[in-house]
Amino acid sequence: MAAVQDSAVAIGAGARRRPAAQGRLAALWTNHGAGYMFLLPWLVGFFGLTLGPAVASLYLSFTSFDLIRSPEWVGAANYVRIATADPKFAASLKVTFLYVVLSVPFKLAFALFVAILLDRGVKGLTVYRAIFYLPSLLGGSVAIAVLWRQLFAGDGLINSLLAQFGIEGPSWISHPDYSIWTLVVLSVWQFGSPMIIFLAGLRQIPTDMYEAASLDGASKFRQFYKITLPLLTPVIFFNAVVQTIEAFKAFTPAFIISGGTGGPINSTLFYTLYLYQEAFGNFRMGYASALAWILVLIIGLFTAFSFLTSRYWVHYDD
Amino acid sequence: MTDATMSSITAPPPPPAGRRSALGSVLIHAGLIAASFAMLYPLLWMVSASVRPEDEIFASTTLWPSSVDFASYVRGWFGLDVSFGRFSWNSLVIAGLTVIGNVVACSLAAYAFARLRFAGRNFWFAMMLGTMMIPYHVTLIPQYVLFLDLGWVNTILPLVVPKFLASDAFFIFLMVQFFRGIPRELDEAAMMDGCGPWRIYWKIMLPLSLPVLATAAIFSFIWTWDDFFGPLIYLNDMNTYTIQLGLRTFVDSSSTSDWGGLFAMSTLSLVPVFFFFLFFQRLLIEGIATTGMKR
Repeated sequence: MAAVQDSAVAIGAGARRRPAAQGRLAALWTNHGAGYMFLLPWLVGFFGLTLGPAVASLYLSFTSFDLIRSPEWVGAANYVRIATADPKFAASLKVTFLYVVLSVPFKLAFALFVAILLDRGVKGLTVYRAIFYLPSLLGGSVAIAVLWRQLFAGDGLINSLLAQFGIEGPSWISHPDYSIWTLVVLSVWQFGSPMIIFLAGLRQIPTDMYEAASLDGASKFRQFYKITLPLLTPVIFFNAVVQTIEAFKAFTPAFIISGGTGGPINSTLFYTLYLYQEAFGNFRMGYASALAWILVLIIGLFTAFSFLTSRYWVHYDD
Repeated sequence: MTDATMSSITAPPPPPAGRRSALGSVLIHAGLIAASFAMLYPLLWMVSASVRPEDEIFASTTLWPSSVDFASYVRGWFGLDVSFGRFSWNSLVIAGLTVIGNVVACSLAAYAFARLRFAGRNFWFAMMLGTMMIPYHVTLIPQYVLFLDLGWVNTILPLVVPKFLASDAFFIFLMVQFFRGIPRELDEAAMMDGCGPWRIYWKIMLPLSLPVLATAAIFSFIWTWDDFFGPLIYLNDMNTYTIQLGLRTFVDSSSTSDWGGLFAMSTLSLVPVFFFFLFFQRLLIEGIATTGMKR
């Protein structure tokens, strides 16, 4: 991957080009047929699996559709019901926002903290980095969700550990006040990917900046505050946007831990889990399509807002 | 970086910024080792629980089992009406085909974007980037209706065919980045020798792009192996289940509450991913660092 760069321009190639090849070169460079031949699989997929279905789901979101009878046009009724008369939608939105607000900042803080510890020539860096990354790699699987379900059960490992200190823990996963926290902890445990991206960002900061600052008598803390943090803002911004979008789309752990219900009392009803229940549990495909488009709207608004506010705190050195 | 000959005649360089005192680095290592242990503890506990006698699983917070026996693996393997051998095989088939589909279809598209000039190239490239931004939930339901009409539900086709149509745009992007780094003189020299675009793709691009193809293949495999949502929607018959669906069924049939068997099969389901992690760690980490991947 070291060779991944922005387009490497072949220097001097043009000068040595023989006239005889010009014709054939030109033929290749504007070979529409070849271009579209290579692009054919992707084009079929783009029209058949992305653009077509996206348009279709926009249409379906204005219909009532149960997979059996053909879709029946209902106008904006789905959207109206979502906005005014759907307590489960409100609950799932609240749970999802809560999850985003709790998990993303903790995850990024851990990732940044560990990356900074590892950055300055710690021996065994690669070993530590690998260990911290492993949970991220395994984390998407059902096995980890199953494990979590056990860890935070009433008679689970966490409470056994607490009991050794004489603390009696609640049944975390079946208590509506605590269940979301088990999912937050699971998410924060997977801070490996943002950590790796932070490490790559820290490598970009020239060491002579720190040297100059030390000579001027700036403390470590001041160096972090005045050099590291400002120069890392683009990477922090990137990680924050990506992790937030991912958190909005989280599904598997909530599904496994709540047995597909989003319970107790909707406390783990992620937005995508609610969408799944509507589409594949109740077969309200039109309604679920409307939910999907609202998800796009939420993610789109969030992203636009992030980019608009980023100019006030993200420093791009140009 | 100072040149070696330069540094020998100039004064020794100042100590690198951020060099820590001996006490500081002992503290840092102590902290990192403790944190590493905390990170791995749940995983180690699960592996340990899978080889423990059943009555010891919940009684113990230690990692060392009093005796090792693999009875849980045998029980778990045959714990459902369909064995975990079948589930693993199904997962392997789907993941294997996904790897082939992604590598072939995405590299074809990436070659067109990186090297060929044709009408509308930039427009399609922008469209391709656009598909990376859209949550898949938007296309989910019409796709399901389409595959239902084709009679593909309850087969692996809905999970595999899209990959052969380069539906994972992320990998196209990854490959375009890499292809652009390959010197154009090579293409031009090959053209002089009368090679067409197909031969250049086949004889020059692909052999020189093995690192990026391997990265795409490994991530494809891991993501597909771990995928839960796709199989959950499209596979209804237990004979077609993947290992992830098998695990979920095991959890739901907790009337048996065979925790040993459940942890044994969970551990087993992580083995292939762990294997890739062990042998291709550098490729995975570089892949994330250069593209900013989410997982």
